Amino acid sequence: MKKLLVLSTALATMGFAAQADVTVMSWGGAYGAAQNQVHLQPWAAKAGVAGVMVDSDNPAAPIKAMVEAGNVTVDVASLEYADVIRLCDEGVLEPIDPAILAPGADGTPAMEDFIPGSVVECGVSTDVWANVYAYDTTKFAADNAPKTAADFFDLEKFPGKRGLKKGAKAVLEFALMADGVPAAEVYATLSTPEGVDRAFAKLDTIKSDVVWWEAGAQPPQLLADGEVSMTTAYNGRLFAAITAENKPFQIVWDGQIYENEMYVVPKGAPNKDQAMDFIAFATTTEGLRAQAELISYGPPRKSSLKEEILFKGSEFSMAPHSPTSNLGNALPSNFEFWVDHDAELNERFQAWLSQ
Amino acid sequence: MSEAATTAMLTTADGRPLKEALATAQARARRKAFLLVLPLLLFVLLTFLIPIGYMLKRSVEHDGFSASAPELDAWFAANPGFDYANPPEAAYAALVKDLARMQVEKSTGIAGTRINYTVPGSISLFKGGARAAKDLVPPYKEALLAVDAAWGEPRLWRGMESASSKYTTEFYKVASDRKLTDDGWAQGGDKERIYLYLFFKTFLVSGIITVICLLLAFPIAHLLAVLPMSKSSLLMIMVLLPFWTSLLVRTTSWIALLQEQGILNNLLVWMGIISDDSRLPMMYNMTGTIVAMTHVLLPFMVLPLYSVMRVIPPSYARAARSLGATSWTTFRRVYLPQTLPGIAAGSLLVFILAVGYYITPALVGGADGQLISNLISFHMSKSNWSLAAALAAMLLAAILLLYWLYDRLIGIDRLKLG
Repeated sequence: MKKLLVLSTALATMGFAAQADVTVMSWGGAYGAAQNQVHLQPWAAKAGVAGVMVDSDNPAAPIKAMVEAGNVTVDVASLEYADVIRLCDEGVLEPIDPAILAPGADGTPAMEDFIPGSVVECGVSTDVWANVYAYDTTKFAADNAPKTAADFFDLEKFPGKRGLKKGAKAVLEFALMADGVPAAEVYATLSTPEGVDRAFAKLDTIKSDVVWWEAGAQPPQLLADGEVSMTTAYNGRLFAAITAENKPFQIVWDGQIYENEMYVVPKGAPNKDQAMDFIAFATTTEGLRAQAELISYGPPRKSSLKEEILFKGSEFSMAPHSPTSNLGNALPSNFEFWVDHDAELNERFQAWLSQ
Repeated sequence: MSEAATTAMLTTADGRPLKEALATAQARARRKAFLLVLPLLLFVLLTFLIPIGYMLKRSVEHDGFSASAPELDAWFAANPGFDYANPPEAAYAALVKDLARMQVEKSTGIAGTRINYTVPGSISLFKGGARAAKDLVPPYKEALLAVDAAWGEPRLWRGMESASSKYTTEFYKVASDRKLTDDGWAQGGDKERIYLYLFFKTFLVSGIITVICLLLAFPIAHLLAVLPMSKSSLLMIMVLLPFWTSLLVRTTSWIALLQEQGILNNLLVWMGIISDDSRLPMMYNMTGTIVAMTHVLLPFMVLPLYSVMRVIPPSYARAARSLGATSWTTFRRVYLPQTLPGIAAGSLLVFILAVGYYITPALVGGADGQLISNLISFHMSKSNWSLAAALAAMLLAAILLLYWLYDRLIGIDRLKLG
C-alpha cells in the first residue's frame, strides 16, 4: 500500500511537470526555428516554464483532430489566415481578447498599430508571407532571366522542370495571373466555371514538366538538387536558403499571393492563460521585429516597420525580401473564397492531376 | 437394468455425480482460457473494432446541420416532396429563424460546412445569411433572396433537406463521383470524376506490385530454403535488414537513387548510355511508386514462401526426376503445387498492404502515382472526415470481397504464414 502511494505521488508530480510545459505547434524548418528562438524560448525563460516547439506540415489538421478527439496537447499553434477563420467558425479555437495585445513601442494603441485584417476574433498575425517563385541563377543568363509570372509557364524561353505546390490554393491564382488576369479580378474569374477551366488550361501547358511538392521545406531542396530550374515556394524558405546556405536562388516578385500567418489557441488548450500571455509577448513591436530579422516575412505592426529591418543585426536590409515591401502585382489571398471552394477545387485539382 | 440406474451409479470418490463434477471442471478450464485471451480480446476490441465501427458510423452520420437547424428539420419532416424550385414562405420563415439561432450559438460554420460538402459556396452563404437574419422582416422569402439570390437555388434546398437528417448516404454518393445538381444526384462531369478511377488504379497498382514481388521473391525464398544453414542465415539477414530499417529512410533513399539528378541517372550518363538531356524520369511518377513499394513489401512475400519451401522434402523432386520428368515438369507438377499455400499467403499479404499504402506514394508518387489512400488522407487533413470515412469503408468492403473470393477459390485454411 505504501509502495502504491509513493508510486502514485511520483506519477502525479510527473504529471504536473509535464503540464507546465507550454507547447507551440508551428511549421518547422527555418520558420519554426525563428519562432522558437525569438518568441518561445525568451518567453519561457521569462515565465519560468519549459517551452516545447513541435513541427507540423500544416498545424490546422492536427489541431482540428485534437479538439474533436478532446485530447488537446498544444497550447498555441501557427495557422494560415483562411484556416483561422474556418476553424474559428467551427468553434475549434479560443477567441482572443484584443485587450491583451500590447500597445506599439511608440504608444499607438494595439488595434491601430496592427495593419487591417491582422487581428481577428481567434487569431493574431505574426507575419505576412507570400507564395512567390524563384529560379536557379546558374541555369539562366543574367540578361535572359525570368522576370514575370508568365515566364514561369514559358518552357521554350526558360527550359527546365518546374516545382509547384500540390494543391489548388495559390496555384490556380498564380496560373491566372500568369495568363494575364489582373490581381484585382483573379477571384471573380475563379468564381466562374470558365475561369477555373482557364486556370487549368494554363497549368496544362507545363503539366508534364512539373515536380509537385507538399511540405514547405521541399522546394528549396528541389531547387538546390537541380531537380527543377524554378519553383514556387514560401518566400521565407527561399530567403533562408539564400542567406544561410548561400544558394544561387533569385526570387521573382510578380504574381505573388500573400497572406497573414497567425497564432491561435485551440479550444481546451492545457495552459490557456499562459498561451494568451505568450501571444501577447510574441506580438509586441519588438517580438514581431525580432522574428522579421530572422526570416523574411513582413511584420504586421506599423511600429515594427518604422526603422529599417536588418538581417540578424547585420547591414543586410530585409526590404527586398519582405512581402510587405514588394506589393506590386501582388494578390492578397481571399479566405472567404477558399473556405467555400477549397474542397470543390481540390477535388477538381486531384482529378486533373491523375488524368 | 434401466439407463437411469446406470448413470446414477457413476460417482466421483467423494460421492458427487461424475457428470456434474466433469461439467464444473470443464467450466473452470474454459474460464481460465477465456481469462488468458481476455487481454488480447480487449486490445483488439479497443484498438481495432471500436475505431472501425466509429469510422463506419462517421461515414453515414453528420449532425452539423440537423443539430443547428431544428425549425427547418421540423418543416422538412412535415412537408416531404415539396417544390425545390419554389419553396413556400413557411420554409423560408423556418430557415430565417434557424439562421438567427445559428448566429447566436456560433454554429454557422458547422452548419455551412455540412451543406458545403454537397453544395460548394454554402459556408459564406450561411455566414452572410446568419449575420442578416435577426434584422429580416416578413415576407421572409423576398427578404432572404434580397440578401443573396443563391438562397433560392433548388440544389441548396435539396442539400438542406438531405442534411436535415442526422443519417445520410450522401458521403457515399460523393465517394462514387456523383454530384448534387438542381435535379438531384447525377454523375459528375468528366473533369471532376476521381474516386472510382483511383479505386481501380489502386487495385491495378497493388496487383502489379504483388506480381513483381512474387517473381522476385520466389527464387530468393527457394535459395534460402536449399542453401546450407551458414549461407542461408547470411542471406536471411540481407532480406530482413531492409525490414528493420525505417520506412521513411528507405523511401528517401529511393528518391536519392532514382531522381533525375540521382545516383542511377548520373551513373548512366557517366557511362554514356543516356545523354545528359534525356535523363530517365524514374521518380515522382508511377515507376517510382511501384519500385519503392515493391522494395518495401518484398519481405512480406519472401518470408511466407520461405517457411513453406523449407519443409518441402527434396526427395519428391528427386523421385519425379528418377521417374523421367524433365526439370520443368518437376517444377511445374511437383514443386510449384507444394508452394501454393506460401504463394497465396504472400500475395494476399502484399496485396492488402499495398492497397492501403499511403506514405510511399505520397513521397514518391508525384502527379500520377497517387492512390486512393492519399485522397483519404487528404480529406482527413481538410477535415471532411465523413467523406474520408466513406472512402475508407468502400476500400474495406472491397478488401473483404477479395478475401471472400479468395476463400471460395483457394480456401482460407490453405493459407500458411509461417
